[in-house]
Amino acid sequence: MRWLLLLLLLGPPARAEELVLGLSASEVDITATFDGSDILVFGAVKRDRPSPGPLDVAVAVSGPLRPLVVRHAERTFGIWVNTASVAVDAAPSFYAVATTRPLDRILSDTEDLRRAITPARAIRAVGTGVANREDYVEALLRLYEAEGRYAVEEGGVAFAEQTLFRARIALPASLTEGAYATRIFLLRDGAVIDSAETSIEVRKVGVERWLYRLSVEQPIPYGLLALLLAIGAGWGAQAAFAAVRP
Amino acid sequence: MIYLPIAEVSVNAALLLGLGALVGVLSGLFGVGGGFLITPLLFLVGIPPAVAVATSANQIVASSFSALLAHLRRRNVDLWMGTVLLMGGLLGSSLGVMLFNTLRALGLADLAVQLLYVAFLGSVGLLMLRESLGALLRARSGAPPARRRRHNWVHALPFKSRFRVSGLYISVVPPLGVGLFVGLLAGVMGVGGGFILVPAMIYLLGMPTRVVIGTSLFQITVVAAFTTMLHAVTNGTVDIALALLLILGGVIGAQVGTRLAGRLRPESLRLLLALLVVAVGAQLALGLVLPPADPYSVEPPT
Repeated sequence: MRWLLLLLLLGPPARAEELVLGLSASEVDITATFDGSDILVFGAVKRDRPSPGPLDVAVAVSGPLRPLVVRHAERTFGIWVNTASVAVDAAPSFYAVATTRPLDRILSDTEDLRRAITPARAIRAVGTGVANREDYVEALLRLYEAEGRYAVEEGGVAFAEQTLFRARIALPASLTEGAYATRIFLLRDGAVIDSAETSIEVRKVGVERWLYRLSVEQPIPYGLLALLLAIGAGWGAQAAFAAVRP
Repeated sequence: MIYLPIAEVSVNAALLLGLGALVGVLSGLFGVGGGFLITPLLFLVGIPPAVAVATSANQIVASSFSALLAHLRRRNVDLWMGTVLLMGGLLGSSLGVMLFNTLRALGLADLAVQLLYVAFLGSVGLLMLRESLGALLRARSGAPPARRRRHNWVHALPFKSRFRVSGLYISVVPPLGVGLFVGLLAGVMGVGGGFILVPAMIYLLGMPTRVVIGTSLFQITVVAAFTTMLHAVTNGTVDIALALLLILGGVIGAQVGTRLAGRLRPESLRLLLALLVVAVGAQLALGLVLPPADPYSVEPPT
């Protein structure tokens, strides 16, 4: 009883090493000429006593989650047909991880499972119904990596004097609107010592925003606008050509 | 590079202008909408399939309307025939969409659509190829052009009507039937059906090639406008920024195509269209037979 009281009085032990975080921008604006953007994630490790051993840093940026279907085609009667599919409840539209050293050397599997740091763990609730579920997850990772949607950059975090770190995350030109969850992990011996989370708001602005909102909120005027443009352009070209060469 | 607000991808504007122009030329030249060509090309550029299908309908409105105006000036459009075809077509496409949903419920939609496509493009294209080559060779050798059959069972049907521009006095049943059939296929396959309508008007209804092109454009403009609205309202997948780029190229291409059509002989026109139809069919067939780059594919859920 007395021991318990003592524990309560002392409270949780103060963390020896803590993350202090910064972002180059908390918002990314998508304009008509948007051509990708770099986000600089930086920060420092705050210590109140000497470091007990070398640390590593991992930065993970995740785009909005959305459902997907992964299909598999097979040859049947000489024709390639989609024969089986697996539904994925939530896969990030974009996912980038930058680390100081190779992931398998700084992060244990259990910790990855708990924190969902690697792209493979960031994909949630993969449906069942096929025997080789892992093949579908692997295919999704492979295809999205080829598209530049998923990226792992081992060595992408610069870590000066075990104190100041900085990572540049490249956002591709084909970016989906939404909140991009940005997590930073401080790692030692495969375990997470401390973590911090923030969010980067990616949104369309100007004409892009206006058109997008119109298409969602007022689809009938939007459709009519599309038709009006088509008819107008069709008539305009005819009139112009008739004027040049009657 | 330009960012598309609905497709959410960044694309090369000049490339899309070029694509639009290419399809516009085909529209003006052959009276086809070009959906069977532009949609797969947009996939290649990286536009999501749903957006590609909906937006190409919007582009087809522009290029076929532009070509239609040019053909109207040359009095190459049979508006009455177009209206009859359209009535059959609207009924047919509603039936086609129902049939498509049934096939999808049975899990056969993808395969059925692809096989139908290949079968139709292949058979229609080869038939046209044979006929137009024959006509062209006869013209080359100086022999009088063989008269196409003017009197067949089509002329024995009731409800006759005069189609003045086409120079026909036939029953409205065959055009209604052709419209219905093309609409049905269009509903199942998700295309405008110009490449089936044009040969059907030439060979089944016996209309002159030039009038066929103008009349087909009339039908395509209306159907594509209807499709655009349907996609915009139910799926929200029409991307106006993408459409605008395709349209700018498309309307100019359509005018060029119309002028080219005025210079070519009808037999050569039919031969070129036949070659195009066969090429697209062969490409699709190869796609079915050849192993894909990756047996796995990722799609948004349906």
